[in-house]
Amino acid sequence: MRHVYGWLLLTPAAILLIAFTHYPAAATLLDSLFTTGTVVRPSRFVGLANYAALADDPIFWQVLRNNAWFALGTIPTAIAIALVMALWVNTRLPARALVRMAYFTPTILPMIAVANIWLFFYTPQIGLIDQFRAMFGAASHNWLGDPSTVLGATMVMVVWKEAGFFMIFYLAALQSLPPELEEAGRIEGASRWTFFWRVTFPLLMPTTLFVLVNATINSFKLVDHLFILTKGGPDNASSLLLYYIYQVAFSFFETSYAATLTSVLLALLATLALLQFALLEKRVHYR
Amino acid sequence: MTSPATAAGRKTPLLETGAAWLLALLWISPLAYAFWAAFHPAEFATRFDLTAPLTLGNFAKAWTYAPFPRHLLNTIILVTMVLAAQFVLCTLAAYAFARFDFAGRDLAFGLVLVQLLVMPEVLIVENYMIMSRLGLVDTILGIGLPYMASAFGIFLLRQTFKTVPRELEDAARVEGCNFIGVLLRVYVPLAKPTYLAYGLVSVSYHWNNFLWPLIVTNSVNTRPLTVGLAIFGAPESGVDWAVISAGTLLAVAPLLVTFLLFQRQFIQSFMHAGIK
Repeated sequence: MRHVYGWLLLTPAAILLIAFTHYPAAATLLDSLFTTGTVVRPSRFVGLANYAALADDPIFWQVLRNNAWFALGTIPTAIAIALVMALWVNTRLPARALVRMAYFTPTILPMIAVANIWLFFYTPQIGLIDQFRAMFGAASHNWLGDPSTVLGATMVMVVWKEAGFFMIFYLAALQSLPPELEEAGRIEGASRWTFFWRVTFPLLMPTTLFVLVNATINSFKLVDHLFILTKGGPDNASSLLLYYIYQVAFSFFETSYAATLTSVLLALLATLALLQFALLEKRVHYR
Repeated sequence: MTSPATAAGRKTPLLETGAAWLLALLWISPLAYAFWAAFHPAEFATRFDLTAPLTLGNFAKAWTYAPFPRHLLNTIILVTMVLAAQFVLCTLAAYAFARFDFAGRDLAFGLVLVQLLVMPEVLIVENYMIMSRLGLVDTILGIGLPYMASAFGIFLLRQTFKTVPRELEDAARVEGCNFIGVLLRVYVPLAKPTYLAYGLVSVSYHWNNFLWPLIVTNSVNTRPLTVGLAIFGAPESGVDWAVISAGTLLAVAPLLVTFLLFQRQFIQSFMHAGIK
């Protein structure tokens, strides 16, 4: 009977999970082996031809490179800022609740709204950044229109948006550290600096790894800002893999090629999941 | 969170306090700026003058330029529908995983966890095709359906249910509860903090979600606030800056006000949901 009840309870969720996660994931891999069907020309099996096309597609390599830079540029910075934030908010800071609120607020705002505000900061000449720079006599710059600055500009905004979220994880970890440690450190005469690098930081390592892997996975899903700020431009300089998938599928209507790109994304995510698994194993040994 | 036991023993040095405040000021400034631009006439959007007249005109304009009430209603329907379905589906599935030994349980749980990694927004291409086959394109149900069985919710509730002592369940059974009665009278009440935490995280996620709703909707009657805002705020719409700021604030206001009122619960919920 327990078998029957167990499966009965699971069935509603299982149906939806299969319909919108497992089936579409499998269909993605399958579709990547076919051509995009049209009314006059039905889709046909082409083996790995779509993958060969992908290997020759300079935009694919560019968005993949952008994704790598985007992850490298945003994640370590956001983690470092988050750690500092958490350390501050965890001390006896005057107006601590207000400071914590200020750090965390960007997390609950929708990326679309945030991008609307930041778009104005980056506007040439009349935007706040250019106005600020003009006070020091710097020339106006089109931050989002210049391929060499556009990716960096989006990264600054994403760091601002994400740091407060990562702070939460560090705050939780810091609050679970035994207070005797700090006591002991003080008796030993350790400076705060030494104490942080020798005691706190190593003890926070599991949290750092957790945030690191999750942030990396998340960096492949962060594309909302592109719809407002740049549309992936100029010349795909700020485009990311998922945004390119969106364009290929819903602007160019190349469904099979979009499925091929999605397969690559799925493979990347799976690799990261295995990495996380390996790291979490280590974390157990660490303790 | 504010109890003295958890706060570090030392006082923060003055320099660090200043730095922490400065960072806080910097972090809140984009939002503060949006408030400034929204409540002042357009010509003050880039001129900071404390004597600038206050106005609600930008909000009035934003209200007429875009169908905000309709978008707001759509978002509220979406968020409520998704949350209600998630609570029911995830509770049942989590109960099964936590307390029933059925064949294939571990494999099934592994398959559920796949969704933590492969969220519906990664599978936009295939999910759109599925929705069009189901005739659910441009419906609010179509936006919400892929998220209703949430691996994250199942995982969180399973963890919580597992901490419930078996003795409580046995006592309820002696009282004559069947397995659904046990779930509703013992497990669900004890998991209230988890429901609150998961609920807040889910509501803020779906209030802010954009890519999938953008793809699956194409009319005012179904588009949630984020999609409406993206169309409204697009540079080619030619709406001036102050009005866009006002519209942006209108779209985030309900969630922002809730956050400010229940700040501590929000942060604790995100912590609770994050460390599991």
